[in-house]
Amino acid sequence: MKQFGARQPYMTLRIPKLGVSFLVERQPLWLIACLVLLLFICMLYATGAGSLPIPASDVFKSLIGHGDPLNDLIIREFRLPRVLTAVLAGAALALSGAVMQGMVRNPLASPDLMGITSGAGLAAVVFLNFFSGDWGIHWLPVFAAAGGAIVAGAVFLAAWKGGIAPIRMVLIGVGITALLGSARTIIMLQANIWQAAQSYTWLVGSLHSSSWSSVQMLFICLLVLSPLLFIAVRYINLHALGDEVALGAGSALQRERILLIALLTALAGAGISFVGGISFVALMSPHIARRLVGPSFGAVLPASALIGAMILVTSDLIGRTMFVPLDIPAGIFTALIGAPFFLYLLTKVWSR
Amino acid sequence: MQLSAKHLTLSYGTHNVIEDLDLDLLPGRFTVLIGSNGCGKSTLLRALARLMKAKHGAVYIDGHAIAKLPTKEVARRLAILPQSHAAPEGITVLQLVKQGRFPHQSWRRQWTEHDERVVWHALEATKTADLAHRPVDSLSGGQRQRVWIAMTLAQETETLLLDEPTTYLDLAHQIEILDLLYTLHKEGNRTIIVVLHDLNLAARYADHIVAIHNHKVYVQGPPEEIMRPEIIQEVFSIRCQIIRDPLSGTPMCVPYSGVCVYDPDGEIVR
Repeated sequence: MKQFGARQPYMTLRIPKLGVSFLVERQPLWLIACLVLLLFICMLYATGAGSLPIPASDVFKSLIGHGDPLNDLIIREFRLPRVLTAVLAGAALALSGAVMQGMVRNPLASPDLMGITSGAGLAAVVFLNFFSGDWGIHWLPVFAAAGGAIVAGAVFLAAWKGGIAPIRMVLIGVGITALLGSARTIIMLQANIWQAAQSYTWLVGSLHSSSWSSVQMLFICLLVLSPLLFIAVRYINLHALGDEVALGAGSALQRERILLIALLTALAGAGISFVGGISFVALMSPHIARRLVGPSFGAVLPASALIGAMILVTSDLIGRTMFVPLDIPAGIFTALIGAPFFLYLLTKVWSR
Repeated sequence: MQLSAKHLTLSYGTHNVIEDLDLDLLPGRFTVLIGSNGCGKSTLLRALARLMKAKHGAVYIDGHAIAKLPTKEVARRLAILPQSHAAPEGITVLQLVKQGRFPHQSWRRQWTEHDERVVWHALEATKTADLAHRPVDSLSGGQRQRVWIAMTLAQETETLLLDEPTTYLDLAHQIEILDLLYTLHKEGNRTIIVVLHDLNLAARYADHIVAIHNHKVYVQGPPEEIMRPEIIQEVFSIRCQIIRDPLSGTPMCVPYSGVCVYDPDGEIVR
């Protein structure tokens, strides 16, 4: 047959001994490699930038263990954990958004609509206003994660009617988000100015409290969830063709949806717990990824993660270096840098 | 593989669309389901492909209740093309058709040599191999329908169910799609079960017609037995004359109009 001779835009990866076989598309693979490189450059630059600038070459030396002691200290103790937290949290949020948009089949969907962000937000505000005196601040991520998970679970249960219709779930999520938003505002209005400011910073999303422990936790979360994401790719690709086509092709639609919802809740919850209610990353990163690599989720997921990481690293870099001595929350800049790029892609690179 | 329905009742809410229906769909046939709008023929087709749950009764594959079989196993035995389907923006023909392999794959085995062969075979059978790397949304309606049929072919099933595959297509493309199905039936030995609106095309391609009326199978048989004025009158509430299709020799239905009255020469009298 002629098509086997011609050069295809895909490569075939087969290891018969292990029963492994995959189709890998060439162009997305190259684009993802470029994104990795780009993210690495962003990270080098972000690690170097600050009140005491360190050139990228010295950053690199420190990373491989040949830097001078002062640089080592600044990088290892202060900058690197913050940059790595941004990378991991940005990736987690973007992955969560990509899974959500794939499952709901709606480009405007984001995990916010599941009530995760508002649940985590309310829990964080409650913690900062009522518990932070007695409990250490390191409990904040735990509270936020629990709040997000509880609300997402409630939305899921409320939407369950012999199965999950994603649109109904999103509508319920929107209702609950509005409700929790009001409750949060009431608490913040009664708080003192210091607590209100702290709450506000959390809600916008900031990386100022990143540490090696947040890096560790996020890394473990992503490590555990990655294999599940890998399995989910097939499901999302099939679900994208519509419920009936998916069912006809043998998808256990509802069971797979439960996996996807659990997955996106865990990803969003992990990201939000450590960096707060960062907006835009989960919504826009998958869009940008799709414009670049096309609709196949095997490519969309890694590309989204890389783009989400890049947006958050860059936003935090701007927030902490451009308004010194102020440390502006990264969440303010995620939309500010992401939106124009997104609009540019939408108008200029609409070639697919 | 034999698909059959026993005492099947299908409903939306409290409204029964199909009531206590029995039907055996013999293997190797080209069966067309006909009936008026809203008679439940599409609903029946969806239930036959387990896209809809039965209120009472059940659908059986070789005697096994379809609801109790693993859905992946069902997908390896019958494929369905629903009436409405939309391809995600930017998806290429190959990416779409490849999804048909889902029931044969696992998380680590996603593109075996056999998968690759079957997918390219499906593309060639539907004459869409040249379009393989084009986005589906850049294709014409007829091409798009052929691509979706290719996806169901990639499922490598013996039985194909299609819900009004010619709707929204012009005449040339309707013929093209039905010719394709006929070829798959004759040369590929596939059992075809399809819902069609056009009676004359149904009579031309089918070797078995099932007329759905009053929530049940009103009558079934070869086109010559079904295409009779009294049956058409009952099922579609329209008077007609049956003539021979000059090309295929199959029966052809020529309906009377409700407003025009004709004399025997075909001139409009009123």
